Amino acid sequence: MHPVVRLVAQRIALGLLLLIAASVLIFVGTNILPGDVAQAILGQQATPTALANLRAQMGLDQPYYIRYLHWLFAAMHGDLGKSLANGQDIATEIQGRLANTLFLAGVSAAIIAPMSIILGLISALYEGRWPDKVLSGITLAWVSLPEFLLGYILIYFLAVEYPIAPSVSTVYDSMGFWAKLHAIILPVMVLVMVSVGHTMRMTRAAILNVMQSAYIETAELKGLRPFRVILMHAFPNAISPIVNVLMVDLAYLVVGVVVTEVVFVYPGMGQYLVDHVAKRDVPVVQAVGLIFAAVYIGLNMVADVVSILANPRLRHPK
Amino acid sequence: MSDELAYLAARAARGLMSRRAFMGRAAAVGATAAMADTLLGTAARAAGPKNGGTLKMGLGGGESTNSLDPALDASQVPFMYMGTMGNTLVTVSPTGEAVGELATGWESTPDAVTWTFKIRKGVEFHNGKTMTPDDVLKTIQRHSDKKSKSGAFGILQSIKEMKVDGDNFVVTLKSANADLPYLMADYHLVIQPNGGLDKPDAGIFTGAYKLKSFEPGVRIEMEKFKNYWDPNVGHFDTVVMLVINDSTARNAALQSGQVDMVNSVEPRVADLLKRAPHVTVDASAGRGFYCFNMFCNTAPFDNNDLRMALKLAIDREELVKKILAGYGSVGNDTPINKSYPMFEPMPQRSYDPEKAKFHFKKSGYSGDILLRTADAAFSGAVDATSLFQQSAKKAGINITIKREPNDGYWSSVWNKEPFSASYWGGRPTQDQMFSTAYLSTSDWNDTRFKNPKFDKLVLDARGELDKAKRKEMYHEANMLLRDEGGLINPMFNNFINAYRSDRVAGWHDNPNQDMMNGKAAVLCWQA
Repeated sequence: MHPVVRLVAQRIALGLLLLIAASVLIFVGTNILPGDVAQAILGQQATPTALANLRAQMGLDQPYYIRYLHWLFAAMHGDLGKSLANGQDIATEIQGRLANTLFLAGVSAAIIAPMSIILGLISALYEGRWPDKVLSGITLAWVSLPEFLLGYILIYFLAVEYPIAPSVSTVYDSMGFWAKLHAIILPVMVLVMVSVGHTMRMTRAAILNVMQSAYIETAELKGLRPFRVILMHAFPNAISPIVNVLMVDLAYLVVGVVVTEVVFVYPGMGQYLVDHVAKRDVPVVQAVGLIFAAVYIGLNMVADVVSILANPRLRHPK
Repeated sequence: MSDELAYLAARAARGLMSRRAFMGRAAAVGATAAMADTLLGTAARAAGPKNGGTLKMGLGGGESTNSLDPALDASQVPFMYMGTMGNTLVTVSPTGEAVGELATGWESTPDAVTWTFKIRKGVEFHNGKTMTPDDVLKTIQRHSDKKSKSGAFGILQSIKEMKVDGDNFVVTLKSANADLPYLMADYHLVIQPNGGLDKPDAGIFTGAYKLKSFEPGVRIEMEKFKNYWDPNVGHFDTVVMLVINDSTARNAALQSGQVDMVNSVEPRVADLLKRAPHVTVDASAGRGFYCFNMFCNTAPFDNNDLRMALKLAIDREELVKKILAGYGSVGNDTPINKSYPMFEPMPQRSYDPEKAKFHFKKSGYSGDILLRTADAAFSGAVDATSLFQQSAKKAGINITIKREPNDGYWSSVWNKEPFSASYWGGRPTQDQMFSTAYLSTSDWNDTRFKNPKFDKLVLDARGELDKAKRKEMYHEANMLLRDEGGLINPMFNNFINAYRSDRVAGWHDNPNQDMMNGKAAVLCWQA
């Protein structure tokens, strides 16, 4: 078997194993919380008989590992159970929220990736000179400000004082694509501002690192222009760390933007999770936890695979 | 105000002159924009309601767990969409009287045990079905059943029997209650076809607006119901409720004009918001209060001198000024204030460190006092607790503060720990407030106040139809609670709402609840 195929298959198998381990952690974590689902449903009306009946009905009287297998089996078939708080099917409810989250993350990532790589290349090219200093100063300032503060600042200037974008980013089904895009201008700006710094600096560092190599010196001595040296000779060898940090940023855009969602009233997964945690809605917490784990592991897997493929030593074995 | 301005305003209000032209002419005769705006608002009210347009409300207090089943209402947003789409039998007027909504009138037997409600005719549900007294019966029956998990389950326990009698709905109580109509005004008791037994969350009601789209915790859209029984209300074509739980985001949405109305304005920003152009901030004095609860049956709070010492050691004026930014009034250690019917003024208790010291010494207790708090109790509770600690220190009382997590405060601290910060939203009548939390038998007796004399006064007053006598009994009960109870009530908070006066007209105060008792969308119109 080609070593690349073997390595990629290994990575994917490892990712799946990790996902199963995460599902065990989520299941155990939500089960060691005081009280069980039956108690949560019945609340103050929890008499011992009612509790026993409901537990039997929900299969809560079975041993842990059986319940875990049942849950995992159902989840793999797309059945995430029913919400305790409002009795709705979780999979259907999550669909809309997940689509919103992916939309916001996707639009942000479409700006972050090219922007941070180009800015990183520029910084590397002008290392130590004013464009480098200005860029790193501005992006560092953005990263250092908490997201909610950035959000409020943008709302104040761009929605209240000079109203060019809406301060409330609620999107709903009957909205067209462009209307949705218009609604999320400000949250996308916040997410770009807080993320672009990482990737840009990582790009810059990775390229400068490669620039120390002998083959770059050769290229320079051949008389190539600096930008061409960076783009054609340094960048391909710096891809793997850049993709890694990009994937971490992407994962953050999917699982970690609850504060931005709250400030801009965006109906994504974070807000959904927080509402249900407040109601002790265990099945929803498990389902969302599983999806977040899958996103995180999946994106890291992509990063690994890309760095394997980007490595010429692996692509062209002797 | 010049006559010319008034004339112009009236013309603008009738649509004979554009709003823009009016503002320009007003400026020409020397009026400020704010003044011209107010003037136009007043003139619009005088000209009468205008139909059409869309109302956008930005509301705090909604979650993705909200349901269309009225029985499960527990927060602000469901309260408001139910009020907009549905009707109860009775509602409470801004002046505190019970007035009919789906009931056109009622009478009781002289002993106040059997009540007959006359049901309004010609009322149509949103699905086209005509409402019958049977629908009313089924609705109340469903909420009286524990299985419905209704928030109104508790208050319906006093009902012995219900039946339909021709066009009437007849209720027989276990014991006399002169306030029964007020119980029927509970916001859970929205009348549904067949009582909602077929599908509790079908979203079919009798209100001025019907459901168009429902995304819990995000957005609720409603449209005018053409066949509503009262043609004088429900002026907008469309009403949109956006759930905005973050208060800064809510205010920004109002300022930028994305919404026309917001609820729950924080007292400390109310004055700032007022300065924004076209924004009117409205504070209604209500029945809600922010308080500290002591368990009367747990040491050291089982000693009335100690309770009295703590009541005297709190600086009420300071709390109203600093925590409520003046948007409230001082409390008097009972849950009742002048917003309640049959209220009789009582001597006001005030901050007196000397007297507090005296009572504290007399109680024989000398240790520290542990007070639990969290901002979940009320907005500013942690600050209020610190102010209480400082004022008590001057009376020689040492309060130690334990800050609890917001999450789980209502299940593990409130009504569980002997001294903690809390709040109540108030109830329409004194009897309901006392029955909810201060009778020995109350489920939510969060001060463990068990006083046979107080119980007797409240229960006797419940069946007393002579108003003067009843008022006297309530006064006595309130004095008992004030002087012996476990409630430290330093302040009543106001409901603070804000709206854009260039978009919305017809606003009036209502002390019952937020947003004109949840009816802002029904009663207001486009400016």
